[in-house]
Amino acid sequence: MLEIRNLHASVNGNEILNGIDLKVQPGEVHAIMGPNGSGKSTLAQVLAGRETYQVTQGEVLYEGKDLLAMSPEDRAREGIFLAFQYPVEIPGVSNIYFLKAALNAIRKHKGLEELDAVEFLQLVKQKTKLVEIDESLLNRPVNEGFSGGEKKRNEIFHMAVLEPKLAILDETDSGLDIDALRIVADGVNKLRRKDNSVIVVTHYQRLLNYIIPDFVHVLVDGRIVKSGGKELALELEEKGYDWVKEADRAALHA
Amino acid sequence: MSTETNTSTIEQMANQEYKWGFVTDIEADAAPKGLSEGIIRFISAKKKEPEWLLEWRLKAYRHWLTMTEPHWPNVKYGVIDYQNIVYYSAPKQRKQINSLDEVDPELLRTYEKLGISLQEQERLSGVAVDAVFDSVSVATTFREKLMELGIIFCSFSEAVHNHPNLIRQYLGSVVPANDNYFAALNSAVFSDGSFCYIPKGVRCPMELSTYFRINAADTGQFERTLIVAEENAYVSYLEGCTAPMRDNNQLHAAVVELIAVGENSQIKYSTVQNWYPGDKEGRGGIYNFVTKRGKCAGKNSKISWTQVETGSAITWKYPSVLLQGDNSVGEFYSVAVVNNYQQADTGTKMIHIGKNTRSTIVSKGISAGRGQNSYRGLVDVKKGASNSRNFSQCDSLLLGDKCGAHTFPYIEVKNTTSKVEHEASTSKIGEDQIFYCKQRGLSTEDSVNLIVNGFCKEVFRELPMEFAVEAQKLLGVSLEGSVG
Repeated sequence: MLEIRNLHASVNGNEILNGIDLKVQPGEVHAIMGPNGSGKSTLAQVLAGRETYQVTQGEVLYEGKDLLAMSPEDRAREGIFLAFQYPVEIPGVSNIYFLKAALNAIRKHKGLEELDAVEFLQLVKQKTKLVEIDESLLNRPVNEGFSGGEKKRNEIFHMAVLEPKLAILDETDSGLDIDALRIVADGVNKLRRKDNSVIVVTHYQRLLNYIIPDFVHVLVDGRIVKSGGKELALELEEKGYDWVKEADRAALHA
Repeated sequence: MSTETNTSTIEQMANQEYKWGFVTDIEADAAPKGLSEGIIRFISAKKKEPEWLLEWRLKAYRHWLTMTEPHWPNVKYGVIDYQNIVYYSAPKQRKQINSLDEVDPELLRTYEKLGISLQEQERLSGVAVDAVFDSVSVATTFREKLMELGIIFCSFSEAVHNHPNLIRQYLGSVVPANDNYFAALNSAVFSDGSFCYIPKGVRCPMELSTYFRINAADTGQFERTLIVAEENAYVSYLEGCTAPMRDNNQLHAAVVELIAVGENSQIKYSTVQNWYPGDKEGRGGIYNFVTKRGKCAGKNSKISWTQVETGSAITWKYPSVLLQGDNSVGEFYSVAVVNNYQQADTGTKMIHIGKNTRSTIVSKGISAGRGQNSYRGLVDVKKGASNSRNFSQCDSLLLGDKCGAHTFPYIEVKNTTSKVEHEASTSKIGEDQIFYCKQRGLSTEDSVNLIVNGFCKEVFRELPMEFAVEAQKLLGVSLEGSVG
């Protein structure tokens, strides 16, 4: 599905990603954890094609294709979805109109018929139940005046409608109370399929109680310094990030 | 995306060429260049006008000679040589027309290119179109049906011949011939336009629509529109424009007068303006110096202006309302878009004279490329206008970092029972907004369209349905390549 090889990226000349290697197979859930400023969100944004970041080295293959050569919209159309850490407001544009335009752009790219209003509303109805989103949010302008939790839930709703192959959740848990966290995680779990993959970027372990990862990677200073199974997240929770940092330093000096 | 990318995509979108630039080859019956009493007599004679109208024109001309071109708007342009303009040009075909079959097929093809098939409109949409091609109306549809209701909808020239008393009564009653430099010029040389009269108690059953098109080279277009609504009458009027590509600047100085005469009368006037804006270096394009004004004379009368201005090199206009009748209502909803080197200085004047008068102003300015966009508005509450209210909202959206947005609100209130509110905002289209849209699969252009249309929503919802769709498309075309 996704193969990242020696990825380096910088912003304004400051290197943030420092040689990332990562392989994600279909059906897998990978958690990327790490302290603040370790490059987690940068990795998510680079994969989605944000042009603020310059890729200076390395390559990314997505379904065998050169991902870095693709425009952000083509990545989205090919099935990459980023749930934003800070979802953006678009005044005057209704959430549902926005989503219909997005879905039809993706369908058009795939050579599928565009959905008409009736078909789209049927789909939406089904998906709103799945992710427990309040229907009143559908006709309001995209994210405008939404609470933090509503914004995050709306991201998962977008994901449910657009049905990506690779979903990247960038700190989707931040700012959520425990109930909202559970709802968001439930939504993600219901969308899990054996041919879809998820990358969960998070600072805290608690989201991983609900979305159980197959692999956990620890990012420090733009590199993955430790990888393991779901138990690694618990170990981190207990010992803190300093533990991996120290281990990493020791390894470098050995 | 970085600011750099942002700007380069803006430039790319701004590089979009004018899509509707083509010239129709129809022989023009034109006056020689220049302006003099002789030319005015020529125009008047060509149109077989009565003596009083010739005198009215000449009086306007003599007054115009004493005036100087105003330079207070926030726009820059070269010197206009008024002697280098052709003041009259008419398509050769002159005979009366009973059906569209008699219209020059070349002309009909032009309309088709513009997407305005008269047949289609006649058959499908129920919109009566008075087509103004250059200066003379060549086709009028649905007139008979309207006549049954007592509604008069015809070219201005025809109205002069067939309804001289109405013209004489109302011409210049809202915009006097000496009102301003360009209104005086128009009064002297106006070629044609539309006249619309809705009698007492009649609600016009269809949207009335005129498509203007400037065609012959160097022909200034001086349209004159007059709409009168009697007691309890209602009319919705649409004006839409496109023009062919030209190198020379073309002066357009129209005058539009709306008169809501009777109690409870209502006039809704919607414009989509898409004249040639000049090329991406700012060469050519239309100078659109228009005087539009309405008078709410009757109690509880209402005049509503909605405009979507995407074209012209320079737009300079302030559709205004004189709120004379008690409880009368004035509205102004505007979207003005400037791209490349376009300049717009537009807004409104709401003059509160009667008691309990209310006005609403919603202005949305969008600037891209090196465009300069100014909102200029006056809310003038007179002493007798007790308990009157105004609400103004002026929002500016910037696309890129080489364009400008300016707001000049003037507020004068002379009584203590009135309430005036003004809100203003300026925002830059966010690269984070565009990235968000792109991440959901939308192209850059679709993203910009979506964001800009969202920004304009409050104005678009005031437009009649078909017009709203057209306006959204037009906005897309105007801003193509404009942000990334």
